[in-house]
Amino acid sequence: MLTGSHISLYPRSRAVKISLIFVVIAFFCLLVSDVSVSTLHPWLEMGRFAYGMITPDFSDYSDIGFALLQTLAFAFTGVTLGALVGFLLALVFEYRLVHVSCAVLRSVHELFWALIFLQFFGLHPLTGVLAIGIPFSAICAKVYAEILEEADSAPYDALPKNSSRVASFFYTRLPQVWPHLKSYTLYRLECGLRTSAVLGFIGLPTLGFYLEVFFKQGLYSQAAALLITFYLLIASMRWWLRPRLLIVYFFASIYLLLPEAVDIDMANVRRFFTEDIIPYPIRMAGDGFDFIPGLIDWLYELLWVQASDGIIQTLILTQVSLVLSGMLALVLFPLVTLHFQGVIGQRLGHGLLVILRSTPEYLLAYIFLQLWGPSMLPAMIALMLHNGAIIGHLCGRYASELALPDFSTRGVNLFAWEIVPRIYPQFLAFLFYRWEIIFRETAILGMLGIYTLGFYVDSAFEEIRYDRAMLLIIITAIINIGIDSLSRRIRRYLRLKTAVQCG
Amino acid sequence: MSFAFEIISANLRYRDVDVLSDISLFINAGEHIALLGKSGAGKSTLLNHLYQRQRAHTAMVPQDVALVEALSVFHNVYMGQLNQHRTIYNLLNLFWPQKAEIEKIHPLLEELELGDSLFTCTGELSGGQKQRVAIARALFQKNHMLLGDEPISALDNVLARKVMKILHQQHDTVILAMHDVEMALCFADRIIGIKDGAIAIDRPAENVTADDLMFLYES
Repeated sequence: MLTGSHISLYPRSRAVKISLIFVVIAFFCLLVSDVSVSTLHPWLEMGRFAYGMITPDFSDYSDIGFALLQTLAFAFTGVTLGALVGFLLALVFEYRLVHVSCAVLRSVHELFWALIFLQFFGLHPLTGVLAIGIPFSAICAKVYAEILEEADSAPYDALPKNSSRVASFFYTRLPQVWPHLKSYTLYRLECGLRTSAVLGFIGLPTLGFYLEVFFKQGLYSQAAALLITFYLLIASMRWWLRPRLLIVYFFASIYLLLPEAVDIDMANVRRFFTEDIIPYPIRMAGDGFDFIPGLIDWLYELLWVQASDGIIQTLILTQVSLVLSGMLALVLFPLVTLHFQGVIGQRLGHGLLVILRSTPEYLLAYIFLQLWGPSMLPAMIALMLHNGAIIGHLCGRYASELALPDFSTRGVNLFAWEIVPRIYPQFLAFLFYRWEIIFRETAILGMLGIYTLGFYVDSAFEEIRYDRAMLLIIITAIINIGIDSLSRRIRRYLRLKTAVQCG
Repeated sequence: MSFAFEIISANLRYRDVDVLSDISLFINAGEHIALLGKSGAGKSTLLNHLYQRQRAHTAMVPQDVALVEALSVFHNVYMGQLNQHRTIYNLLNLFWPQKAEIEKIHPLLEELELGDSLFTCTGELSGGQKQRVAIARALFQKNHMLLGDEPISALDNVLARKVMKILHQQHDTVILAMHDVEMALCFADRIIGIKDGAIAIDRPAENVTADDLMFLYES
């Protein structure tokens, strides 16, 4: 007996404590969430879907080809716009105005941007290009600025005095971080392809549009062919995506998008900003302040009845999906870790994770929703699969680089005693980094018919109540910024370092 | 009489710690000085301080060479004259090396036995080669004064002598932190030794022998 001092068998580190808190919260969220399967014959439908997946039908190749070309074209133009503007913004990122505006632009999901532009541009290509370009510039600005900061300043200090700032930048700073900038931009392009695919669900002629058409008709084999081609496209990126060809791809994309471009009616644009998005009571009011009671009623109805429910549902789904993603990641990462797998096993694991993470959550959720009917379940599983695969991939890469002592154990012991304790802090860093992303996605999934914030935004747009839609989008953005800053605080509390590229 | 440098009872700091306290130092134009002392004595701190005072007239060979490793030897050397051309010309030369510049830089590299590596990435070079690129960059500035922080530490004796000769010939005023006492006595005309945060010895080189300087390296 050690002099009465209390020895805890489980010394709880901060990381374990935080994890437990999140798991408990998620558990209670799961209890109150609406999880059910409401389709009449879910197994039959899943069977037909599975059968379709193994019997892909490429006969409709002209539609598939067109869908993929459009998906590529929107991605290229949007990401190019985002990368260029983002780069310029990164150079002035230290100004408060710039980084605060970027945080705001970033917090609104690409699909919400698309819905906004849809109202006054219609299905004009600009809707898709801006929906990708605007949030991507804000994200690129932040990450590029972080990357540029990593450059060593010693070569700059060794330059002769009075060298011009532009020349100094191009000679000393840019070449040092160029490979890093390039790989991040390529990663962004992959994200852009996913976003572009999803934009089809609001009517642009990309992958999502055709997928929906095939699904509605129960043409699962055609849908499978479309999905498989999309995976091949993403998996083969490193072979066809050559820096020298980028400019060709860019102009080809413009060429593909131009025929769809009709004249934009500037009157629509003006009316949207000067009338439609002004809260209804203010718009209708006469002189003076007699609109105030009306405005209070309007706000009460919107905030208390719609937004509050949307917010609660969105947060519940976010917390459950966050924890599920983390759990799945811990199960998946050994598949791509060299310590567990031979080279062949690792390749197969990579294949699986590539498929899971290149399928956008929205698309997965759409598929599951068709199979199981509307509830939180399809959304949870979709978010878990996509995010779990991304975090699993990052953890696997991190774990593969670990140097383990030679006497290492094998199997479960290796997993539980050697690897997980070593990667756990990094794992949490990746997970918390994705927290706000999961929230943003959760909100958006409402557009598929579950009652998160996106549902109310979508309905408001459908009822042509743009003022309500805008306020709801702003509310979503504010919560998103809040989660982002909470996540940063937790990461600081846990003393976690996040790699730049994990979002 | 005007001095190239004039320091009167200054405290020089490195990372917020006083390294040299109450230093006074006068350096005339035309002097060739060797700075000696144990590592950590404050030679780099003094050199950096001098460099900040006279950046416009001074070329510097920093201890960590400070090359842009993603760029070629040619580009790193060219940076020595980045202030002498228009920005547009500099950018043009970055993406499409100009013949005029190659013709100026190549002979310089030949002299430093780097002629074959004109367009090699500096990241691929050995430590000694990198050091010579940093020296070439300083020489290419064609400035009046040269400051060097152990500029020949990674070179073999024969090459080091050749480089020292070039450095001293091509600059009016030279101040080099040295680790090799023999070499310092051979090329400098004034020796400044630093110990315990102060200038411990400051004499014309002809009045100093290597033995006189041993105390600098004793603890």
